[in-house]
Amino acid sequence: MLQKKKKNILELWMKNQLADEGLREDLISNDDLRAQSEELIDSLVTNLSSGNFTDLNSDEWSPVIEILGGIAITRARQGFSPRETGAFVFSLKEALLETLQKEIGDDTKALFTESMKINRLMDNLSVITFETFIKGREEVILRQTDEIAEISTPVIRVWDGILALPIIGTLDSARTQVVMESLLQEIVDTGSSIAILDISGVPAVDSLVAQHLIKTVSATRLMGAECIISGIRPEIAQTVVHLGIDLSNIVTKSTLASALQHAFKVMRLEVKKITPRTN
Amino acid sequence: MRIPTCQTMILALSKDTIKVTQEQDVVFLKNRVKEVAVKIKMGLVNQTRLLTAASELVRNMMRYGGGGSCLIEVVSSGRSNGVRLTFTDKGQGIPDIEAAMRDGFSTGKSLGLGLPGTKRLVNEFSIKSKVGEGTTVTIVKWANG
Ligand SMILES: Nc1ncnc2c1ncn2[C@@H]1O[C@H](COP(=O)(O)OP(=O)(O)OP(=O)(O)O)[C@@H](O)[C@H]1O
Ligand SMILES: [Mg+2]
Repeated sequence: MLQKKKKNILELWMKNQLADEGLREDLISNDDLRAQSEELIDSLVTNLSSGNFTDLNSDEWSPVIEILGGIAITRARQGFSPRETGAFVFSLKEALLETLQKEIGDDTKALFTESMKINRLMDNLSVITFETFIKGREEVILRQTDEIAEISTPVIRVWDGILALPIIGTLDSARTQVVMESLLQEIVDTGSSIAILDISGVPAVDSLVAQHLIKTVSATRLMGAECIISGIRPEIAQTVVHLGIDLSNIVTKSTLASALQHAFKVMRLEVKKITPRTN
Repeated sequence: MRIPTCQTMILALSKDTIKVTQEQDVVFLKNRVKEVAVKIKMGLVNQTRLLTAASELVRNMMRYGGGGSCLIEVVSSGRSNGVRLTFTDKGQGIPDIEAAMRDGFSTGKSLGLGLPGTKRLVNEFSIKSKVGEGTTVTIVKWANG
């Protein structure tokens, strides 16, 4: 019965969707929305006429679920909110129920039975939509996590012969490897003799981070350069002492500025204020 | 007859368990611990100590315990508030706790400072372990302790 009314349902559904204030014309054009809706209705109505309303795991439902899942995933990636994605499915339910009411008319009992079927089915489909939507969002988050991890730590040439490397965030093993490699490479490329590792942006120094720092310093020394660690905040200094980590073999400074000053001294450079000459 | 004193009674005000099985969970756990510490107005130095201790224990749990879970509690005793963390894993366990608590002892070619260092960073520290069954480490850091 709904098969014949496919056109009607689509029109009703589109009307519902377009009337919704949450319509995201910025994210999806009306034509695309119509195409998505039509595809879904097509496969949905085909299944409805087959009569299997309950077992969504059966093969005949898989095209519907695939289409719906595809739509949910795309929407998650495009930045639709859960409410907007939900509205897509819920407005279809309304369109279906409305059509049903027009068709069945006064036979309340039949209307109720059919409505219940549609309700249950659409609820199940909504759950599937949400599960897929959330999976899509999780993928986005995972991708971003990877991207953040990949942003390599920049090595800056602050002066001829002096490199600085600001480290922001947690220093884990993988990150240390990247830091160390790019630092050593840069030392070779620029022929620098002093490297400053600034850890102002590292939230905590535990024994692993400390070990990574010590390794980086030793590696720099092997290259014939000196490595200074700067940006050690008071609370970090206290924690390091309590942990029992020995950093006494390493030149440490509280700020990047004082590390730079130390570097200048080592290189026998002097920064002077110019006194204007009075003629 | 003696009336029992409740001086040392510690009350748990809130509870939250976080499972730690992969690297992302570690970051999440540290952020939660920090949030809780900030909420009870723990000072910056103590916050850093607690965070560093948590970082040591969660790393041990991942490396030697094969992952596990951490119970985060806000506790109160008398007038002071604090954070209690309980790390539980079902890993290989520690055969000799006394040795493991010694500075420099490590079966993982590391600094061997995690457990003894943690003990120095917190107010209360207890460790239970059984070979083949797992390890539980509990620490408490008071907001102004
Ligand atoms: N959860 C655990 N399960 C099993 N063994 C553990 C666990 N935690 C610690 N150990 C054992 O106790 C030893 C000491 O731990 P500790 O954290 O002090 O040092 P580490 O982890 O080896 O080095 P570091 O923490 O300084 O990098 C470990 O080498 C390991 O053998
Ligand atoms: Mg350790």
